[in-house]
Amino acid sequence: MINKLLAVAFVALALAASGCGSSSSSSSSTPPASSGGAADCSPASLHTLTSGKLTIGTDNPAYSPYYTGGPGHDWSGKYNNDPYTGKGFEAAVAYAVAEKMGFTKDQVTWAVTHFDQSFAPGPKNFDFYLAQVSIRPKRAENVDFSLPYYRANQAVVALKGTPITSATTLADLKQYKLGTQVGTTSYDFITGTIQPSQQPSAFNTTNDAIHALQAGQIDGIVVDLPTAFYMTAVQIPKSTVVGQFPTSPGGDQWGLVMTKDSPLKACVDKAVSALTADGTLAKLQKTWLSDKVSTPVLQ
Amino acid sequence: MNGANGSDRARRGSLLQISSVWVAVASTVVVFAALALIIVNAPGWPKVKHAFFDPAEFRAYFGTIGHAFVLNIKIFLVAEVLILTLAMVLAVLRSLPGPVFLPIRLLAIGYTDLFRGIPTILLVLLFGFGIPTLQLSHVTRDPVYLGAAALVVIYTAYVSEVYRAGIDSVHPSQEAAARSLGLTRGQTMQTVILPQAVRRVIPPLLNDFIGLQKDTALISVLGPVEALQRANLGSASEFNYTPYVVAAFFFVLITVPQARLTDWLIARDRKRQMAGGRV
Amino acid sequence: MSTAAPALVCTDVHKSFGKLEVLKGIDLSVDEHEVICLIGASGSGKSTLLRCINLLEPINSGSIQVAGEEITASGVDVNQVRRGIGIVFQAFNLFPHMSVMGNVTLAPRKVIGLSRSQAEAEALELLDRFGLADKRNEYPDRLSGGQQQRVAIVRALATHPQLMLLDEVTSALDPELVAEVLNVIRELAEGGMTMLIATHEMGFARDIARRVCFLDEGVLLEQGPPEQIFSSPREERTQQFLQRIIEAGRM
Repeated sequence: MINKLLAVAFVALALAASGCGSSSSSSSSTPPASSGGAADCSPASLHTLTSGKLTIGTDNPAYSPYYTGGPGHDWSGKYNNDPYTGKGFEAAVAYAVAEKMGFTKDQVTWAVTHFDQSFAPGPKNFDFYLAQVSIRPKRAENVDFSLPYYRANQAVVALKGTPITSATTLADLKQYKLGTQVGTTSYDFITGTIQPSQQPSAFNTTNDAIHALQAGQIDGIVVDLPTAFYMTAVQIPKSTVVGQFPTSPGGDQWGLVMTKDSPLKACVDKAVSALTADGTLAKLQKTWLSDKVSTPVLQ
Repeated sequence: MNGANGSDRARRGSLLQISSVWVAVASTVVVFAALALIIVNAPGWPKVKHAFFDPAEFRAYFGTIGHAFVLNIKIFLVAEVLILTLAMVLAVLRSLPGPVFLPIRLLAIGYTDLFRGIPTILLVLLFGFGIPTLQLSHVTRDPVYLGAAALVVIYTAYVSEVYRAGIDSVHPSQEAAARSLGLTRGQTMQTVILPQAVRRVIPPLLNDFIGLQKDTALISVLGPVEALQRANLGSASEFNYTPYVVAAFFFVLITVPQARLTDWLIARDRKRQMAGGRV
Repeated sequence: MSTAAPALVCTDVHKSFGKLEVLKGIDLSVDEHEVICLIGASGSGKSTLLRCINLLEPINSGSIQVAGEEITASGVDVNQVRRGIGIVFQAFNLFPHMSVMGNVTLAPRKVIGLSRSQAEAEALELLDRFGLADKRNEYPDRLSGGQQQRVAIVRALATHPQLMLLDEVTSALDPELVAEVLNVIRELAEGGMTMLIATHEMGFARDIARRVCFLDEGVLLEQGPPEQIFSSPREERTQQFLQRIIEAGRM
């Protein structure tokens, strides 16, 4: 009896000891960061998931106006869009960044990555991920963000003829039931800054938010401005954009998401700042996203 | 001579029992301690700890998620009362005997088949978004009520089957004895069968109740920010999973006292009704 | 010479379970205050006959009359009929979730409509009469077999039935507990209760019965006063049955 006990204890301690021992040899999974400013950003030398290829992650479904190529590959279903087509603001930005980094179109692979996966600890299934993700300091503690590729305001979508459409200031929104999407940063802004009298709702997808709006369960949907235009133009009949507002000074900044301490960050940033400098990003915005000038700003 | 051997054997017997219990306990503790050591010394442990068990995040979200959890509590308390009542009605309808009641029995069977088969999320969406779209006057549009109604409809089906099992487990001689005294079917059901049936199925009833408590999180798909959705929001905002652990903490917290309460209820019944002594 | 209707009349009662015919035309008459014992092998139909009399089982043909009223006719209020007939089973069948008092007062309150205090007062009297008053708040499982069966008898008496049916009520008891139950039954008989008792206790039957009926494979083969049945049975099957009983040491 005692012998059995000792045997179990011995085995257990041996296992634990072996666990202790291996902690020093951990860094085999993370490759050493490429050294210094004169980084070699050529595709061949980059530590991408698959050598010589760039894997970009985005959500599924992928919605207009960020992806507009229609269904294809893994992105199936009526309102879904295939990033491989390169059509849509983010698809275009992704391919532009890839090209700037030296990857050709057929060296780019897209991976379905759900939002929750993108910041999971451990190895990722992408080299970078883009899905309208706002850069936030807290988030930056857990992932690496690239330099921003877009600055976005939030907007309120409502049904025409409803009282909320007469709101002109943020304070006017206080009395209404608002809905946002999970994963965006609007919820905290609403509860923190607008402080409505009714608790806002949070939906898993924009489709659910649209249903709630049409069912009269919420008065307005808070989404980023380009999505608001798409909703009012295509998805929700008899709807309008009530106004827009920044949820952080100057508007939300969207960045490409990479694993923490990514060896690719320097080269990705180099590509993004080049695209900003030579006006490509501005041109893509103009091509794929409606103008935001005519929508009133709520303060 | 024999007496001495007998008591020796008895003493050795109980010593064996005690020492084998201690060995079992000690070896279990050792194995779990070893597992814990392995996990905590794994190379990636600091990252996992930060992502799932970050103390600062836990404290930061404890209040907000606890506050959101109140919505879950309200929903399941009201829903459970409705479910326990409606399910009993359904179970009794299902057990009405004789050819004249066949249509009722068939309806009851159809109900349980349909609503045990339907995925809960589907009914929640159907009630939560579908009913308001019908634009019936005087019917609420509130997603909390509609979602709770969907949960009630579904769990009534499950719980009625649990009651039915309880009713069937009461020996037919009980019904025979009650009827022989002149009690009607209804009186027999009410005073003899159901009290015994319900006592027998308290553990599976609690199982279903705990399932219901967790399923209240499904109402979040309609928009209301209950505990799990609040955790979802927090997680997305900080790119950290610890808020989910906070939500889990609250769910487990309420489960424990319920389990102890039903244990106590069962023990109290047993003590009162049955002849004492262990076998 | 009694001008009152017999307490019980069974006329050509047939009962089948599926293809199996268990009662093959029973004719039996019991007068008021009579005590009749049914004897016979297991499966001879004794229990079935008793369950048919209190309408737990429907009969296939024939008729049963209790106190002049045909209870097997259609449109009869079954619950009312059962109120007037008390039945006690081999397995006691007390309600385990109620105390003794609860068991005994259930029918008086629900069927007769007595108030709780009235029912309890009457119940206490009955329990006291049979030596069970101090057990009134106990739950059935805590009582001995003999006590439980006595409670079952009291429970059946609580609705003041005119006829008592006892179905092998001592067969499940330890031998030393049998006597206390038999004493209760004896007392009931002496008090004038009309009883139909299915039993294996031959000595008891000889003591208490006005008439003994021998049931063999669904047929009432022979009936008569106990001295006649036990000492000089006419039918051969009766003799065989009694012989087996003697050999088994039960007589």
